[in-house]
Amino acid sequence: MIKTEVTIAGVTFKNPVMEGSGTFGSGMEYSEFVDLNRLGAVVTKGVANVPWPGNPTPRVCEVYGGMLNAIGLQNPGIEVFCERDLPFLEQFDTRVIVNVCGRSVSDYVEVAERLSEEKRVDMLEINVSCPNVKEGAIAFGTDKACLENITKEIKAHTRKPVIMKLTPNVTDIAEMARAAESGGADAISLINTITGMKIDIERRRFALANKTGGMSGPAIKPIAVRMVYQASHAVKIPVIGMGGIATGEDAIEFMMAGATAVSVGMMNFVNPYATVECAYGIEDYLTRHGIEDINEIIGCVG
Amino acid sequence: MKSKTKGKVLSQKELAPGIFDLKIETVLAQQARSGQFVGVYTRDASALLPRPISICEVSADKKSIRLVYRVAGKGTGEFSSLKEGDDVTLLGVLGNGYDIRKIADIKGDGTQTKALLLGGGIGIPPMLELAGELAAAGVKVVSVMGYRDDKTFLLDEFTKYSETYVATEDGSLGTKGNVLDAVREENLDFDVICACGPMPMLRAIKSFAGEKPAFISLEERMACGVGACLGCVVGTVREDHHSHVNNARICTDGPVFEASEVDI
Repeated sequence: MIKTEVTIAGVTFKNPVMEGSGTFGSGMEYSEFVDLNRLGAVVTKGVANVPWPGNPTPRVCEVYGGMLNAIGLQNPGIEVFCERDLPFLEQFDTRVIVNVCGRSVSDYVEVAERLSEEKRVDMLEINVSCPNVKEGAIAFGTDKACLENITKEIKAHTRKPVIMKLTPNVTDIAEMARAAESGGADAISLINTITGMKIDIERRRFALANKTGGMSGPAIKPIAVRMVYQASHAVKIPVIGMGGIATGEDAIEFMMAGATAVSVGMMNFVNPYATVECAYGIEDYLTRHGIEDINEIIGCVG
Repeated sequence: MKSKTKGKVLSQKELAPGIFDLKIETVLAQQARSGQFVGVYTRDASALLPRPISICEVSADKKSIRLVYRVAGKGTGEFSSLKEGDDVTLLGVLGNGYDIRKIADIKGDGTQTKALLLGGGIGIPPMLELAGELAAAGVKVVSVMGYRDDKTFLLDEFTKYSETYVATEDGSLGTKGNVLDAVREENLDFDVICACGPMPMLRAIKSFAGEKPAFISLEERMACGVGACLGCVVGTVREDHHSHVNNARICTDGPVFEASEVDI
């Protein structure tokens, strides 16, 4: 019997496969394609204290081997989320990680406090890395003092374990990982999208209304693997790795780089079965290589 | 139930320069109806996202769908080389589609509804399945299709289901101008409008319809096609049921909207 369970901050996941926040809604849309019970966790779309309308369209465009998005964190706010999305997720035997976004420290704290009361929520993931909103988000994730401070504030206001989601748009990812750890983060997740731009040369216009967008997809995977490796060597807390994961082999690569769990992001849009195929792919790999416990491969490349 | 599934190409031909007619045998045909669309995948691993293409017709035996599309980039360029017997991967069926019963009963008094179908350019193909479904539901259908010039496509097929008019931008066929110029010139009356075409045309139709109901099919850059990514939104007059921010998802809440409900 192969053991695929992993543990992060005392929370046990049946397997290390999650999905990247914002690529899976709250699971409802993809439950038509995959059995959510097969996932280690569902990571929800970012939720704020109040509804956010998001950015003007076009919000998405394709690029070589990936895509750019500038959704701008459209979300219904915490009340609708707790009334509608959490009861939906209650039906499934999987962990629930709620991604939290905000414009100010008090916005984040308000949502974190509200979610502390919700039994169905296993962990919080704090989005301090969205490149597509002007206030908050990435501003907290690119300055190490700000990052440490917001982590401390959120930790002081919630009993749920806290994952800080980091942006790759920094000079030194190890420094940011350490700032999250010293702020008291229980885990970190990375990478969020890489800021990019596309110009429609026929129309002489930006492809996105926001001009810039976050790049995701298989084309960014080597960058993500490198950053997961650097971050996991900089801290003792667990790392959740993501960036272009499409298959079980990709997931194994991130785990060997040091990730305890992995998320499938943009590839959900390409293959709505990607999460579950990834979980099966991991089992296949472990069987083929006679590995009994997935934890043996975490960070195994040194 | 939506799925990502393989279909088989039954035939493909070019109807007009750059406009292709692709028939695909697929299980998705069983549930497909007018106004819905499918995502078509390329074989090029650098172009990952499915291309949203509207359904032009569903075969009577519900075993195949017909896609009529314009070659607009490398994805659709690749599709234009598909041959009979080739496999093609699809995501579907996507979108809400037209509510035929609602349109047929739009007057609410049991008398026959007169529906004006307006299609512009590559917005014409989805109007064909709609014309067929409405005619089968007893609706009197009048179609007005707008083209750039006399290189038309599908036009003769609309005559099976409807009184059919044409407008061309260069005046080489029918009314010179757009579909609304033809509606005015022919003095066409209607109970309801159904339309698909470029945004300026849809805006003009929204204003032309005035108090009368108009159902319009919208297009936007999409990623997931299933309502998860929130990439393809349109402003709505009322609070949308998903995000409560007056932004509906075109891929799932649409692509067909009542014109008075959307901010275009």
